[in-house]
Amino acid sequence: MNKDILLCGVGGQGIVLVSKLLAASAMAAGETVHSAETIGMAQRGGSVTSHVRIGESYSPLIPSGCAELMLAFEPAEAVRNLPLLNQNGTVIVSSQPVMPVTASLSGGSYQAGPMLEFLKTRVKKVITANPAELCAPLGSVRYFNVVMLGIAVAAGVTGLPEEIVRQSVESRVPEKFREINAKALKIGIDYYNSIEGM
Amino acid sequence: MGNGAIALGALSAGVGLIAGYPGTPSSEIIETAAKWNDGSVHIEWSVNEKAALEVAAAASYSGMRSLVTMKQVGLNVASDPLMSLAYVGVEGGLVVVSADDPGPISSQTEQDTRRFAEFARIPVFDPATPEEAFQMIQDAFECSEKYHTPVLFRPTTRVCHGYAAVEIPEQFSPKPAPGFEKNTARWVIFPRSSYLNHVRIETRNPELGREFSGYRYNTVEGAENTDKAILTGGVSYAYLKEIVNGTDVKLIRVGTPFPMPEEFLLKALDGVKELLCVEELSPYLEESVMKLAGVHHLPLNIRGKRTGDVPHAGENSTDSLRKIVAAFIGADLAGSQPVDMTDAPALPVRPPVLCAGCPHRASFYAVKVAMKGKKANFCGDIGCYTLGNAMPLDMVDTCLCMGAGVTMAQGLHWANPGSVNFAFIGDSTFFASGMTGVVNALYNNAQMVLVLLDNSTTAMTGHQPHPGTGKTMMGDIVAKIDPVKILEGMGVSKIRVVNPLDLKAAVEAVKDCAETDGVTAVIFRSPCIAGVKPGKPAEISEKCVQCKKCIREIGCPGLVIRDGKVAVDGSLCNGCGLCAQICPTGAIKV
Repeated sequence: MNKDILLCGVGGQGIVLVSKLLAASAMAAGETVHSAETIGMAQRGGSVTSHVRIGESYSPLIPSGCAELMLAFEPAEAVRNLPLLNQNGTVIVSSQPVMPVTASLSGGSYQAGPMLEFLKTRVKKVITANPAELCAPLGSVRYFNVVMLGIAVAAGVTGLPEEIVRQSVESRVPEKFREINAKALKIGIDYYNSIEGM
Repeated sequence: MGNGAIALGALSAGVGLIAGYPGTPSSEIIETAAKWNDGSVHIEWSVNEKAALEVAAAASYSGMRSLVTMKQVGLNVASDPLMSLAYVGVEGGLVVVSADDPGPISSQTEQDTRRFAEFARIPVFDPATPEEAFQMIQDAFECSEKYHTPVLFRPTTRVCHGYAAVEIPEQFSPKPAPGFEKNTARWVIFPRSSYLNHVRIETRNPELGREFSGYRYNTVEGAENTDKAILTGGVSYAYLKEIVNGTDVKLIRVGTPFPMPEEFLLKALDGVKELLCVEELSPYLEESVMKLAGVHHLPLNIRGKRTGDVPHAGENSTDSLRKIVAAFIGADLAGSQPVDMTDAPALPVRPPVLCAGCPHRASFYAVKVAMKGKKANFCGDIGCYTLGNAMPLDMVDTCLCMGAGVTMAQGLHWANPGSVNFAFIGDSTFFASGMTGVVNALYNNAQMVLVLLDNSTTAMTGHQPHPGTGKTMMGDIVAKIDPVKILEGMGVSKIRVVNPLDLKAAVEAVKDCAETDGVTAVIFRSPCIAGVKPGKPAEISEKCVQCKKCIREIGCPGLVIRDGKVAVDGSLCNGCGLCAQICPTGAIKV
C-alpha cells in the first residue's frame, strides 16, 4: 500500500499528534512509514505541515501532486498546500478560519467561503468539518484533531482499519485524556458515516 | 522519529552517559533516551553545550561510552572543548550529535557541521534516513573507540524529525566502563603533547579515509556505463533516489564526508565526465571533489552550487531536485501533475507569533508602555520571546545568539549616551549563557536593565526542565536555583519580581528599574501557558466601541475581527486578561 497523507494547519492545532497517530497506526498495520513534521519556532501560530508517507518511499516529504489525502485544519492552509494533492485526492477540511494576527492588524480578514469554494472546484472529494459543532459534546475544540482523524479513517482514504487506529489513540495519549480522545475519534467516524448516509 | 532512532542506536551501542542542551531539531534524542532508560544510563540536560561535552569527555576518559547532543549552533558553544578534545582524544567511544537545519527552519544560521569536522580534523557521519541514523550512530561509537577520537554525527532536520521503523534489541545495557586511569601525559593538554597529537591526527586521517572507502553507507547505484553522475549526501540522497530511478545517471552517496573516502570516490568517478554535486548547506562535497579532481587530474566537469545549478541556501526537496536533475541530464522528469491553482483566492501570510495568553506578550508590552517617549533600545535573545519582534509589539531591536542580548545592551549603553538599554532573556537562556554577561556589566560599570522572562521552562524547544525548575531530565527533584539570588549575589543594585499579567504593577517596576543607576533587573514571573490549565476565554460586552485598541496594541491571536467587529477566538484565548487591562471602555471581561 502506498499512501501519501498531508496534514496542514496552524501551529498549536495538534497536527503533530495526529501525524504520530497515523504513523503509529500504519506501523501497527505492518506498513513502512516515513513522515516529517514541523517542530520548533514555526509551531507558534505559523503555517505548519506534517507529511505521512505509508508504504515504499525514500524521502519523508511528499512531492507535488502526490498526496492522496489532505487533512486540513484551516481552510486557507488547505488552499496553500493544494499543489501537493493528487488530482484524484480527497480533502478533509475544517470550516473554521484561524485569523493570523497580521490580518487582524490590517483590519482585514478573509472568509472561509471562497477558500472552500475554490477547493470544491479543484478537488473531487471535499469533506468539510465544523470544529465548534463537532466538538460541542467534548467541551473543547482542543480535541478536533482526533475528530479529524476519525473522519479520515471512516472515509477509508487512509487504508487503515478503524480498530488499529483506535488502539493507537488509546495507547499513545496520556491516560487521563484517553477516554475523551476515544470519544473524539468516534465523533469523527460517526460524522463521516452520517454525511455519507445522506 | 529520527531523533528516537539516534537515541535507541546509542543505547544499543552501550552508551553509559548522555548529556546535551535542547535545540531544534535535536531535542528529542535525550527525551527518547530518558524514556527508555532503566536507570543504568546517566542522562542530563546540561546547562549548555560546552558543559555537556566536558561532562561527557571525562566520562569517556573513564572508558564509558558517551553521547552529547545539540543543534548546530550549540556546537559553536561546545567548540572550545571539542577542538582540544580532538587533540587529547578519548577512551570510551564519544559521539557528538550536532543536528543541522537546512532552510533554516528553526535556527539562526545554515552552518554545516561537516565543515566543523574538517576544521577539527575528526570523523563525521551523515545519515540520509532515520533507519540509517540508527545503524550509523552505532558505527560512530565503534569508530570513536577504535581511533580514540571524538566523532561528530550530523543529521539534518528532515532526518531528525522524520519517522521510520527500526528493530531494537530486547534490552539495553551500558558497556562496562573500567574507570578513570590517571595519565597526565595523555589527559593534560600541553603545547608539546599537542604537537605530537597533531602529527598523530594527520597520520591517522588518511588511514580513516581508506577504511571509510569500504564503508557500507558510501554507495554507488544506478546506471553503470555512463559519463554522468550525481554526488550527494544526507537527506538529499533520499530525494534523489525518488528521481533518478530509471535514468541514465549514476548516483554516488558519501555517508562519511570527513575524512573523505578518496579511494571509494576515485573508483566511483571512473569514466564520469559530468558530475553534479547535490547537497544542502555548504558546498562541502563539491569542494572536496574539486580538490580530488585537481590532485588526480580527473577530466571532470563539476557542477553544483559554484556553477549556480544548485542553490546555496535553503533546503532541498524532491520537487526542487527534480528540476535540477532534469536540466543536468537533459531529460523530462515530470512528476505527478499537481492541481491547477489558477484563480486561487489570495492567501493570508502567517508568520509564527507568541501564543494567545503568552506572558511574554505582557512583559514586552509593559516595557513598551513604561518607555513610551523615552530613548530606549531592546536587545532580544534566543527563545520564543524572539517573536516579540513582530508587529505591533516591535520590541526586539537586536538578536544575535544565546546570551548575547545581555552583553549587547552594554555595548549599546557605551555607544549611545542618554539611552536606556534593556536585555530580554528567558530563564533557560539565562542559565545557559546569560549569567556571565551580567557579571561583565557589573564589573565594567555598565548601565542596563535585565528583563528576565521567567516562564519556568524551556518553551521553544518543547518544555525541557532547567536549573531553575527544580527537576532534572530523569525527573529527580532537586533544589531550584533562583535567578533572584544569583543576581543578588552578583550585586545587582535593584531587582523587582513582578507578574507581567498585572499590567500596572509591571509598568511601575520597569519604570523603577529604568530610573535607577547601574545594573537593575525586572524578573517577570508567569508560567508558560502550555504548562497550565487554560482559563475561561475573555468576553466582549456591548460596551465595546470598536476602537480596536486591544488588537492594535498587543497583537494577540486570540483577538480577531469577525464581521468587522472585535471578537474573541475562544479556541485560542486562555483568559490571561491583558486585553481587559488595555480596553479603554472596560468592555472586555475575564
